[in-house]
Amino acid sequence: MAVGSVRVGSAVSRPGLRVREWLDHERFLGPAFVTPALVLIVLLVAYPFAMALYFATSNAFIGRPSHFIGIRNFVALWQSDSFRQTFQNAFVFTGASVALKLVLGITLALLLNQQLWFKRLIRGAVLLPWVIPTALSTLGWWWMFNSLYSVVNWSGIALGVMDPPGPNWLGQKYYAMTAVVTVNIWRGLPFFAITILAGLVSIPKELYEAAEADGAGPVARFWYVTLPMLKPVLAIVVLFSTIFTFSDFNIVYVLTHGGPINSTHLFATLARQVGLESGQIGQGAAISLYLFPVLVLVVWAQLKFVRRQVY
Amino acid sequence: MAVTHRPLLTKIALHLGLVPFLIFALFPFYHMALTSLKTDRELYDREAVPLLIRQGPTLEHYQKLLWDTGFLTWTKNSLLVTMLATTVSVIIGTIAAYALARLRFFGVNTFGTGIFVTYLVPTSLLFLPLAQVVHWLGLADSKWALVVTYPTFLVPFCTWLLMGYFRTVPKEVEECAMVDGATRLQALTRIVLPMAVPGLVCAVLFAFTLSWNEFIYALTFTSSSDEITASVGVTSELIRGDIYFWGGLMAGAMLASVPIVLLYVFFLDYYVSGLTAGAVK
Repeated sequence: MAVGSVRVGSAVSRPGLRVREWLDHERFLGPAFVTPALVLIVLLVAYPFAMALYFATSNAFIGRPSHFIGIRNFVALWQSDSFRQTFQNAFVFTGASVALKLVLGITLALLLNQQLWFKRLIRGAVLLPWVIPTALSTLGWWWMFNSLYSVVNWSGIALGVMDPPGPNWLGQKYYAMTAVVTVNIWRGLPFFAITILAGLVSIPKELYEAAEADGAGPVARFWYVTLPMLKPVLAIVVLFSTIFTFSDFNIVYVLTHGGPINSTHLFATLARQVGLESGQIGQGAAISLYLFPVLVLVVWAQLKFVRRQVY
Repeated sequence: MAVTHRPLLTKIALHLGLVPFLIFALFPFYHMALTSLKTDRELYDREAVPLLIRQGPTLEHYQKLLWDTGFLTWTKNSLLVTMLATTVSVIIGTIAAYALARLRFFGVNTFGTGIFVTYLVPTSLLFLPLAQVVHWLGLADSKWALVVTYPTFLVPFCTWLLMGYFRTVPKEVEECAMVDGATRLQALTRIVLPMAVPGLVCAVLFAFTLSWNEFIYALTFTSSSDEITASVGVTSELIRGDIYFWGGLMAGAMLASVPIVLLYVFFLDYYVSGLTAGAVK
């Protein structure tokens, strides 16, 4: 069957044969293979990025011609309370989430690296929050933090760690930030734990044996063997998580819409509110662009420190 | 005696240490499932215990969701968008990854770096100008806008993931085939792809999951009830003016997660290996 079809193919199309020989040369096949991806990136990533720069320096408004206004959008942003608050939120949110995910992730990975019963089942359970659509699971958290029927408060009161009626999670400034950070940790912890676990597994056993022979206890072994050996993996995980936490949209949008009084707004949610809901595309694009320096920093660090080891 | 018991005790202590993590990870799902199965009377009874169903489970919320809302349409839209975007992206990603992993040509390194950078670009950076592009393409408020835009994050991801897998296929095997008269394309389709099947499965699974879970583009580019995806439909259309919508909302969130949970249950190991391959490799 296969032989027959090949023969038919080559007999019918003589010019086709020449194209095929041509495709055999790496110089031609390579560019041919990357062209679809390249076209896609140029049209739908690079071009929109150029547009973002144009929008950010114009007074674009939905359905109205726009003019170049230089950096006036950025100046206006720094004069608005909501933007300054958002800027601060972004760093608090990212710093707290990534730090806690790192500490909890290492802890969980160390636990998962032991001889366990139901290993597969436990791993499956741990990874679950990461695969479920975030917007939907955050709805579950929204209900758990509901001001009247919060199961978190009910449990806290039942266990005696909260005074009734318990905090109004999404209605008070600091509690709301705690809530969005909690959900971000919940959703991002599996990525940390599973990736760090893979790093743990790849540490040669001989290192531990040698350390033990030299009289190192469990703490010393963790400090002088595990942590240094994990460094590359930890660097990648933290870099990845930083960019995706900094640019998070789903959790804040569903849980608090940026409220109360902008206290949980992130760049992405504020950009949407300003750019789409109030129609000031120019200013919205300028807000989005604040994600760019972090992206550059992460890419730079990845290329400099991490990918060097790959090649 | 003490010596033989110690490992067992340590093991039990280890498992106890995992319990808080497991409760943290799973409780939200338990509570969502519970809420979706409760009668409204029990749900809004402030004296009731929220951790249990006392007044009998009910499928009332699921029935309402399926027959009185656009849930089935939204799910159909999600399936269509996800399957098309996944297929297109895996194909484009496969050939690009092969070129990057195996072929030497002008600009290959620059392109590799470009793919990597694009892989890290968050969707929330470009959604405003992309909305404009979608509008120009005549796809405003259409699910086809999602089919067109999802590959922007799926293709870099698939390329990056598959590049790692292609590198693990020994060059010699492919060279042998070519010495025996196979063309490059035949070597790719008959030798390299079959050997990289686990990588392809991974790419399909992750692309499917990423597009099913995508939210900000779907929320921005589509709005009418006939065009939106499941997660947008559930988050925006099931929330009514009054407060008694929680049962239906949780039912929607549960049902819209079903396709991903099914894939996840059957392909758990691929998820674990893909997750680590993306970052560790």
